[in-house]
Amino acid sequence: MNWTREAYRVYRVAVSTELQSRTAAHPVKRARAPWKPWRSTIGLKVAMGVSGILLVLFLVAHMAGNLHVFEGRESMNDYAAGLRSFGEPLLPHESLLWVMRLGLIAAVAVHIVSAVVLTRRAMQARPVRYASKKPAKGESRHAVATMRWGAIVIVLFVAWHLMDLTWRTVNPVKDLHDAYGAVVATFDPERWPVTVFYLLALVALGFHLRHGIWSAVQTIAGPNTRWRKRTQAVSLAVAVLLVAGFAIVPLAVTFGLVS
Amino acid sequence: MKLSLRIWRQPDADTKGEMVPYEIDGVSEDASFLEMLDVLNEHLISEGKDPVAFDHDCREGICGACSLVIDGQAHGPQAATTTCQLHMRKFSDGDSIDIEPWRAGAFPVIKDLVVDRSAFDRIIQAGGYISAPTGTAPDAHAVPIPKQDADAAFNAAACIGCGACVAACPNGSGMLFMAAKVAHLGLTPQGQPERQTRVLGMVAAHDEAGFGGCTNVGECSAACPKEIGLDVIGRLNKDFRKAAIRAA
Ligand code: HEM
Ligand code: SF4
Ligand code: FES
Repeated sequence: MNWTREAYRVYRVAVSTELQSRTAAHPVKRARAPWKPWRSTIGLKVAMGVSGILLVLFLVAHMAGNLHVFEGRESMNDYAAGLRSFGEPLLPHESLLWVMRLGLIAAVAVHIVSAVVLTRRAMQARPVRYASKKPAKGESRHAVATMRWGAIVIVLFVAWHLMDLTWRTVNPVKDLHDAYGAVVATFDPERWPVTVFYLLALVALGFHLRHGIWSAVQTIAGPNTRWRKRTQAVSLAVAVLLVAGFAIVPLAVTFGLVS
Repeated sequence: MKLSLRIWRQPDADTKGEMVPYEIDGVSEDASFLEMLDVLNEHLISEGKDPVAFDHDCREGICGACSLVIDGQAHGPQAATTTCQLHMRKFSDGDSIDIEPWRAGAFPVIKDLVVDRSAFDRIIQAGGYISAPTGTAPDAHAVPIPKQDADAAFNAAACIGCGACVAACPNGSGMLFMAAKVAHLGLTPQGQPERQTRVLGMVAAHDEAGFGGCTNVGECSAACPKEIGLDVIGRLNKDFRKAAIRAA
């Protein structure tokens, strides 16, 4: 018999499917860049986790800063001005703000690039989809949808948010020294779709954080089961507090508590 | 029992497959899922048709050869059970059941429901072993090991390498399997000398095979017939972080 590859395959399938599953020849993969730990799936996960935790720290500071709105126009605007004049005259104007901005941009870039690379790898890892849908049973079953779809919502939100409150492109209050006025104007009851979008984006953010925080800790620190359960509880609490702390500002404007 | 099955038929790795419907009657509820397929295959053979190829060996839940995604669930609807240990009493008369192979780029289909899991072997070859001098077995108490570690290592060692974790994972990740091996060997004194090279080598082989990354969703653990927990993935991450920093 002439052992062509095809004949050999047919023979092996016929003789023993079990043995075959252990010995089949493998398609040659295209050559990749040399393997580096940080480029591995775990290395990228660590990068995503560390940058994510930095973003959470920013959110905590930002949320707390927003609460100045309840102390009135002066306090809020002083706070915004304080961020800009920090360290003056020793340091140039807006140094703190720019250090934070550069850090933020770097963290966002690392977070998004690692997420995109890992998502592409995950999609390539299942080229043929299942015909039947399965009931999700995992510990964090909501995460499949909330992490990737939630991320898209958050990116759109941040883009809008920068145009709204940082650059004021889409905000009626153009005076950059009046952060208070800009917040009140953007959440004006007549502009309710803006408020609704903010609140929906916050819900997406909450779900993103609920999984993201404990997942980052699992990836960076590798806790045992007891600590994993604790991290999950902390993660949920931080997500709820952040969302509530952010949501209270637009709601206060909507209901006339701040005007 | 009368059942309507839809089974993935694919003649070989290079041909496109499809779900093909089959009717089967007179299935005993005491039959195992694989015995039900045996009966179907006898019918197919007697009709001169090609029987459905599926993997199996021990049929007692210990070898890891059987597979099958049944109604979208790796090893079927019963928790902590391999397909060979799943019985038809879990289903009802008149049910329609979808049967598919493990679906992962790293596990190409060989025929029908049989996939090539040698990617797991390559992960093991890249570090899932210890180097120990051979000879007579040492006394059991010659190398002391804390009871807690022994228990955790034993639990991780229960992994039979079936690949259900990959099949169930939305990212097609082989992390639970790999982590079970890293935890099992890393928890024992015999596993220490190669601990660092093991984790780096295994992760490299895992990625090279085309498995996806872990997003801590936990579908793997829920599907695992041996109930390997997510804690092993934490252990893998930790070992990897330490080894990568030390190697840098
Ligand atoms: C709904 C409640 C929120 C309010 C009232 C609010 C308000 C503001 C204001 C007034 C600024 C401009 C600060 C300045 O002028 O220096 C700002 C900047 C910013 N906010 Fe928010 N924000 C909210 C929620 C969020 C959320 C949920 C995120 C993240 C997902 C976010 C991300 C940012 C970013 C990235 C900046 C730009 C920082 C910079 O100036 O470099 N904000 N926000
Ligand atoms: S971890 Fe569980 S599901 Fe994965 S290969 Fe091992 S026994 Fe199978
Ligand atoms: S056939 Fe051995 S575990 Fe199922």
